[in-house]
This record gives sequence, C-alpha cells and structure tokens, in this order.
Amino acid sequence: MEKFTSLSGIAAPMDLVNIDTDMIIPKQFLKTIKRSGLGVNLFDEMRYNLDGSEISDFVLNQPAYRDASILVAGDNFGCGSSREHAPWAIADFGIRCVISTSFADIFYNNCFKNGILPIVLPEDQRDALMKDAENGANARIEIDLETQTVTGAGGETYHFELDAFKKHCLMNGLDDIGLTMEKVTYIGTFEAATATSRPWV
Amino acid sequence: MSPKTIYDKIWDAHVAHEADDGTCLLYIDRHLVHEVTSPQAFEGLRTSGRKVRAPDKTIAVPDHNVPTTLDRANAATMTEDSRIQVEALDKNAKDFGLHYYPVSDVRQGVVHIVGPEQGWTLPGMTVVCGDSHTATHGAFGSLAHGIGTSEVEHVLATQTLIQKKSKNMKVEITGKLAPGVTAKDVTMAVIGLTGTAGGTGYVIEYCGSVIESLSMEGRMTVCNMAIEGGARAGLIAPDQTTYDYCNGRPHAPKGAAWEAALTYWKTLFTDEGAHFDKVLTIKGEDIAPLVTWGTSPEDVLAITDVVPDPASFEGGKVGAAQRSIDYMGLTVGQKLTDIEIDTVFIGSCTNGRIEDFRAAAAILKGKKIKDGMRAMVVPGSGLVRAQAEEEGIAQVFIDAGFEWRLAGCSMCLAMNPDQLKPGERCAATSNRNFEGRQGRGGRTHLVSPAMAAAAAITGRLTDVRDLM
Repeated sequence: MEKFTSLSGIAAPMDLVNIDTDMIIPKQFLKTIKRSGLGVNLFDEMRYNLDGSEISDFVLNQPAYRDASILVAGDNFGCGSSREHAPWAIADFGIRCVISTSFADIFYNNCFKNGILPIVLPEDQRDALMKDAENGANARIEIDLETQTVTGAGGETYHFELDAFKKHCLMNGLDDIGLTMEKVTYIGTFEAATATSRPWV
Repeated sequence: MSPKTIYDKIWDAHVAHEADDGTCLLYIDRHLVHEVTSPQAFEGLRTSGRKVRAPDKTIAVPDHNVPTTLDRANAATMTEDSRIQVEALDKNAKDFGLHYYPVSDVRQGVVHIVGPEQGWTLPGMTVVCGDSHTATHGAFGSLAHGIGTSEVEHVLATQTLIQKKSKNMKVEITGKLAPGVTAKDVTMAVIGLTGTAGGTGYVIEYCGSVIESLSMEGRMTVCNMAIEGGARAGLIAPDQTTYDYCNGRPHAPKGAAWEAALTYWKTLFTDEGAHFDKVLTIKGEDIAPLVTWGTSPEDVLAITDVVPDPASFEGGKVGAAQRSIDYMGLTVGQKLTDIEIDTVFIGSCTNGRIEDFRAAAAILKGKKIKDGMRAMVVPGSGLVRAQAEEEGIAQVFIDAGFEWRLAGCSMCLAMNPDQLKPGERCAATSNRNFEGRQGRGGRTHLVSPAMAAAAAITGRLTDVRDLM
C-alpha cells in the first residue's frame, strides 16, 4: 500500500450530504476483476451525460479542480454499499484525502486499506475548509498526518483525531495481512479452543 | 461480572488477540462470498502465495450479476464482463476448495438468503461478507456485517478481521403492529427516525414485543436494513423462533451437537442492567405502512402523507431534499398516493423470502396488475422459488400479470439486465433508493411486499389497507 505522510493539494468542494457509494462508483463499473482503472468513472453519473460528454458544472470537470487531490464533502460521506471500488476509484482519480463531518463505517475502513486518509472534523471547521475549497485552484490545503493537522488556504490549522493503529499503518504503508500473519499462533490457539467449546461451528 | 449486551458476549467470545490499544483480531465463523467483491481478493491470495485458511467456513454463491430470466442457462443472456466475474467465482471456489452453489444449483440465490436457508448462519456466530447487507444474518443473534474487498482477502487468509469494538445501541419496538404493517415498515420507521448516520459506530440490538413476535423472515428484513441506518450490524437475541428455524437445516448441528449448541445459544441475551450508549423506543402502534419519497433511505413517510417542503428540513438536508424532489420528479405537497408508478420489483435480500411472497400474494389473489405495468417477482433463492410454486403463490403472481423469475439480486442493484430506464418509477421491496440505484435516472420508492403488490394493482403508490 502507498504510504501517506503529508499532502498539499487542491481541494474540491462537494457540499452535498449523504454522498453514497452508488454515486461514487455506479454498479456498472463493479463488473471488473481488477482494482485499477476506475478513476475515469469516479462520480460517473454526476460527471458525464448519457452520451459520455462531460457535465461542465460538475466540480471535478471544472478546470480549477481537475487535479484535485482532496475532497471536502457533506455529512455521512460514503454511505451505502461495502464496495471497495469506491475508494479504488477515488484513489485512481488521484484523491488521497476526504474531509467531512462523518463517514459511513465500511467506507471509512476501506479508505485505510488504499492509502486514503478520511478526516473527520467538526461542522464549523469542515464548513471553513469548504469555503476555502470553493476558491478554486489557488486554495491549497495542507495535511500532515504525523501531527494530525489540516491547514486551510488562509493558514488556519485544525487538529483531527484518528485511531493510532490506523495512523501507523497508513504512515508506513503496512499490509494488514502481513501484520496479522505475525499473530497466527494466536489464531491457531483460538481455533483449537473453539473446536472444544463450540464444536458445531 | 458486569452485565453484558448480547453484542458484548459475542464479541468477547471471538477475540483471538487484543493489542494494548484495544485493536482486536476478531475470529470469523462464517465467510460468505459472492462474485462482485471477491475476484481481487482471490487474486491477492494467488499473488502472495496464500491459501484460504478455513475453506470449510467459507461459502460462495453468485448472485449480483446473474440474469434472472428463465433462459439464463444460455450464457448469451449475460454481458461478457458479468460472465467473466461469475466464471472467476466458479474457478476460485474450485481452486480454493470452498462450499459452492453455482448458478445451476437449485440452492443458488442471494447470498444473505442462502446462508440462513442452508443453516450456515447460526446464533452466536460472527458472519462477514463483502456486502453491506450482511447485517441480515444478525436476525439469528449473530454478529454479522459487511466488509470491503481488502478485508475479504484478510478473512480468506487469516479467518480474522482487525477490529475495534463498536458501541451498543438498543432499538425497542413495543406493543403490536397494526394490520397492513410489516417488518419492512418497522425497519424503515427506525431509519426515518435515526437518519442514515444515526447508527454509525454502533451495533444495534432490536428488541421488544414487536420484534419477538416476528418470524425469522421478518427479523431478517429488520436486520437487513440496519446498514441503511448507518450501523454495520443489527442483531436480535435468539429465541424459540430462531431455534425452530435452524433445526434440521442442512448445516445446522444434529443430535448431541444440537443440544450442546442450544445450551450455548440460550446464554445469548442482554443481561439485566447492561449498558447501551444509545436507546430508541418506538411504539408498534405508531407505525403506518411507509414509503420513501426521496433518494435516501431516511426519506421515509407514512403512505397517507404528502411530499415534504425542503424548507422544513435543517442544514445540509435542505439542499439534499430539493435535489431529491427534482430527481424524483415530484411536487411539494403532492399526495404520496397520487404518485404514479410503472414498475414493481418484489425481491432482494430484504424481501425475497417466502413470507414476503405470501404477503404480496394475499393482496394480489384474484386481481390483475394495472395495464402497462412492468412487474416482476425475483425469489431470493431457488428453494424459495420452489416453495412458492408448491404453495400456489407463484401462480397467483403469474395470474396477476407478474413475471416469475429465477433467483438473484436482480433489480435491487441492477447489475444484471433488470434495470430502470431514465424517468421510470418503481415501487421496490429492496433497500436503497439512491440516485441511479436501479438504473441511471430511475426513480425508486421503497415499500413492503404488500405495498408493492397494492401499487402494482392500482398503478400508483397505494395504502395497502385500502385493499385488505
């Protein structure tokens, strides 16, 4: 997994609550057996007309935001299905960080498996960054994972919380399976105990 | 010992390792796999030379992509990319030695219907699947939730998940349900009150006299949509109804093992005085037959209501409500019963079980669907289909003008050819009314099976109580 330590980039504003995984990546793009190549279909139905041409007022189609690497979004981002195609599409587009007041649990977890940092901030701070983002390409947002801070275009800095283990994995680009394999004896011990206590399992 | 919730008990019984910071390795008893969210996980195993740790606890079935038309044995009914996904699952199940129900097997169906039906899902288990509606299995008093593909690979390789514990939320439904009100209305009522993020970070325990009175089918409907309220998992303490459903299922324990299991299952209840971080209580009598008007599952109203004014909402929801009304092609103040529909879909992991079909058939018996209506019933499994045919229910649907399909997810997420066209409007028994969910530009109103049947007859959203 790609490491995430810090990021300085253009933030795209999406001031809409409950952006769901069907919006992020519609189901017709789930028919792939690969993880790559989904960025072109990120937000597909909001981004393209039926004939495939771009919808010009959609934020990621606007010249200022075509190279956005941060998304500032409305409450409850990523609700809906468990499809990891959603973070795959986001990462493949080049977005490495999503800022909101809240995320759906499964989406939130999926981000960390794909080198994406989801940042939870209080409403007023998210709103301030949303305003920054609306200023276009000149408004860069800086993120430092080590110190857990976001700095807006005007220099205002906000602290964010995240689980220490998730932070450690993201900063070091660690593979979960590799980490768990180091504890495989515990799993074996658990299985042996269960074979006695709950043999029907 | 301090009192525990049922979630606490199941959690404690499955921690294989706990780190100092509370990060746990949670052991997984059952891993359900389908064709859409698994190919990349199996590819990951191959690349790293790993095996499936517990193939005997891993059950695979294709459901999302498969056509549900009667001619599906003909491969030409699938698009090439769908066929590749299903063939990949065929191959992965064989190569890694999983329990498998291929499309040609009568037991094939929606993964969340097949698991319980075959007795794979049992009380007290941890159950995961690369699908958010895994919450369904919580109906058995198991801890069941959806995971992403990276976690699918993690479970395949290690039979565990890296997790931290969620908080406890109690949702109690007291009293009794009025005629015409079903499990679907109960679960939608909860989401209407909590909102789609109200359960985020929680595991919900549904309880109270209404929940106790529900069949296993009804309980699965309730738990299925826990995720629509933001909770990864919802569960219900097992009782005699649960044991009776499980007893005799192909993979349920038998004889002495059954007795031992039963003794353990009877310890799975929330202790008196256990702590809940959040509590919601609803009177069963206050729940009416419900419909969704907008594009979020929290956009729930009684069928007797009208399309709301966006100005009546607060914060970001004002804009969202206006966007929903525009997308759905509605007018503020319009009576919900004046909304005309052209499509009816009965099926899905929410409402694709035998009881759902009985409820719809009871409304449809001796009646015809409206001229021009496209109506389909998609059984949750081949066995549900067979049972409905045996009970004469299938004939009721066919006589009324419904298409009687083969099992699959179908128009719930429209990954197979069953889709809405732009502007088409559907009364659906599924679980999500998101923009484009049933096809780009398609408009979805979520309802119970009985309400869907009523809408098919009249051609508009209808109060099922008027047809009873």
